[in-house]
Amino acid sequence: MPGLVRASPTQAALRVRNLRKTYNDVVAVDGLDLEICSGECFGLLGPNGAGKTTTIEICEGLTEADSGEVDVLGLRWSSDAPALRQRLGIQLQETQLAEKLTVSETLRLFRSFFHQGPGAEEAIRVVQLEEKRDARVGALSGGQKQRLALACALVGDPDLLFLDEPTTGLDPQARRQLWDLIEEFKAAGRTILLTTHYMDEAEKLCDRVAIMDHGKTIAQGTPRELIASIGVEHVVEFSAGNAAVDLSGIRAMAGIRDVRTENGNVLLQVTELHKAVPALLDELTRQGVPLTELRTHSATLEDVFVHLTGRHLRDE
Amino acid sequence: MSKRNFTDHALVQLTLMRMREFIREPEALFWSMIFPIALAAGLGIAFRNRPPEVLKIAAVTPHLAEALRREKLLDVMQLPSELAEQFIRTGKVALVAEPGADGSVIYRYDDTNPEGRQARMLADQAIQRASGRQDPITGNDQIMREPGSRYIDFLIPGLIGMGIMGNSIWGPGFSIVDARRKKLLKRIVATPMPKHYYLLSFLVWRMILLPVDVGVPLGFGILVFGIPLRGPIVALVGTCVLATLAFSAGGLLIASRVRTIEAASGLMNLSMVPMWILSGVFFSSQRFPDLVQPAIKALPLTAVIDALRANMLQGSGFAQIAPQAAVLGAWLVVCFGLSLRLFRWR
Repeated sequence: MPGLVRASPTQAALRVRNLRKTYNDVVAVDGLDLEICSGECFGLLGPNGAGKTTTIEICEGLTEADSGEVDVLGLRWSSDAPALRQRLGIQLQETQLAEKLTVSETLRLFRSFFHQGPGAEEAIRVVQLEEKRDARVGALSGGQKQRLALACALVGDPDLLFLDEPTTGLDPQARRQLWDLIEEFKAAGRTILLTTHYMDEAEKLCDRVAIMDHGKTIAQGTPRELIASIGVEHVVEFSAGNAAVDLSGIRAMAGIRDVRTENGNVLLQVTELHKAVPALLDELTRQGVPLTELRTHSATLEDVFVHLTGRHLRDE
Repeated sequence: MSKRNFTDHALVQLTLMRMREFIREPEALFWSMIFPIALAAGLGIAFRNRPPEVLKIAAVTPHLAEALRREKLLDVMQLPSELAEQFIRTGKVALVAEPGADGSVIYRYDDTNPEGRQARMLADQAIQRASGRQDPITGNDQIMREPGSRYIDFLIPGLIGMGIMGNSIWGPGFSIVDARRKKLLKRIVATPMPKHYYLLSFLVWRMILLPVDVGVPLGFGILVFGIPLRGPIVALVGTCVLATLAFSAGGLLIASRVRTIEAASGLMNLSMVPMWILSGVFFSSQRFPDLVQPAIKALPLTAVIDALRANMLQGSGFAQIAPQAAVLGAWLVVCFGLSLRLFRWR
């Protein structure tokens, strides 16, 4: 039975309609709609406090929604919880597994909760923890612990994988290692819902992304679509030291969509980099302003978020 | 799907987790095994039955000294009166006997000191008899020092009860609060594991440890002090099992909502310390006023200890300890029922 769902890519693995959740006076999720297809990796991207964790925990059946509908693999939490639990792989944010157990003991424990799935040894191999199989959980590095948590989510051979901020707090190397693992799950055709506040993570891993802010999705689509939607391909950032820049002159240049100043730097959103940069240099020369810094980058989901909200993802 | 072994069952794996966490925590091993033995040994030595003490006294004349030496429980020194005075002031003798006027005897002693009062009694008796007093009735002594009536016989059942209470409340209580704090509890309920397995694993593990919890202090008492086991063993085992269930349910209730180890410690101490004092671990609970006796009898630790003492020392079987078993059963039902209602998995 479980294999059938994964084989049909058109069926929605997860459908959320008009979801609401309030904690005391704080609205955590405010009328959210989502639809995740079988076999895709879907990302919930948003700053801390946007409601990502509340949303994913409602989908995981750990938190009850105030209102709204949640279909997971065509089932409902209210009536099919035991069957659903067998088919989901879950990694929670900041779970600390039992420190005194070894890696293989932990996986045998989690494996014992499921009717079927790969053995502990296979899960260890998949997350590349062979050398640590007899090490205590307490002695693992942050990245190794996170890979073990991932393995715990895999031992039931899940049809749908929930990963809540899988790389938060990890060093760059450990993040990249985890990304490789998630890419492998994607290649194996698993359906994944992950939350993140790293735009590079969402861009690299996710087939589609929903950008969340204040409990709502403010944009949804493939990373490419979202970036294209703001009509900006590149961002140029420069600093003129302490010299005053006449921004109106820059605004008047061709192909400039938006001009902002941030921490003494000037940010330009441009469509054609090869025309904008020479024009900018000419304009600055004309104004007699010295250029102390100049950077350009292709537009990212971060720029989409800034464009939509005027804030950065990592703003505290 | 390959054939699953017994050890692949969730309850077995959860119990194995309990066991591994326990044996990999050296402190837990110390507090649950070595500590009760050390306590029993220390108290057994402190309150061992000593041979009757011989009291040192001083007499200032040879005549008095000779009369007093007929009493075997007195060690009599003959001293000049200044030296005798100095000895009694420094506590080297309990009493000084000196001749008074008209053939009387003066006893100098501190009447607030039990040794002094006892010395006065013995000395006076010896002198009266030496002067020819005849006792109208002959008293014959029969010495009772058999196992079962000593302090250590009283103490060991108390320590067993206290051990069961401590281990059953601390063990599950701490593990649950720690797992909740680390969000491990939430992670585990996110799996298909039936929730009652998790709670059941604590009871299974306590049952596996019960022979150790009880066997260590009991074996020590039997081997070292020869304490008696007069009642049916099955009633002893039954009492211990019921006590473990009742106290584990108490631990579950304490841990049902608490989020920090500090709060859990506070609640556990709050529930256990009064019982250490009131339930008669170290001294009989009968010493408390009659007014509070019904409340003391209703405490689970009192019930366990009373049942164990009745069984071990007086040979009681199930019929005689039924009231205590009923008290434990009531605690089990109430605590377990409440914790099922109150328990928070996150």
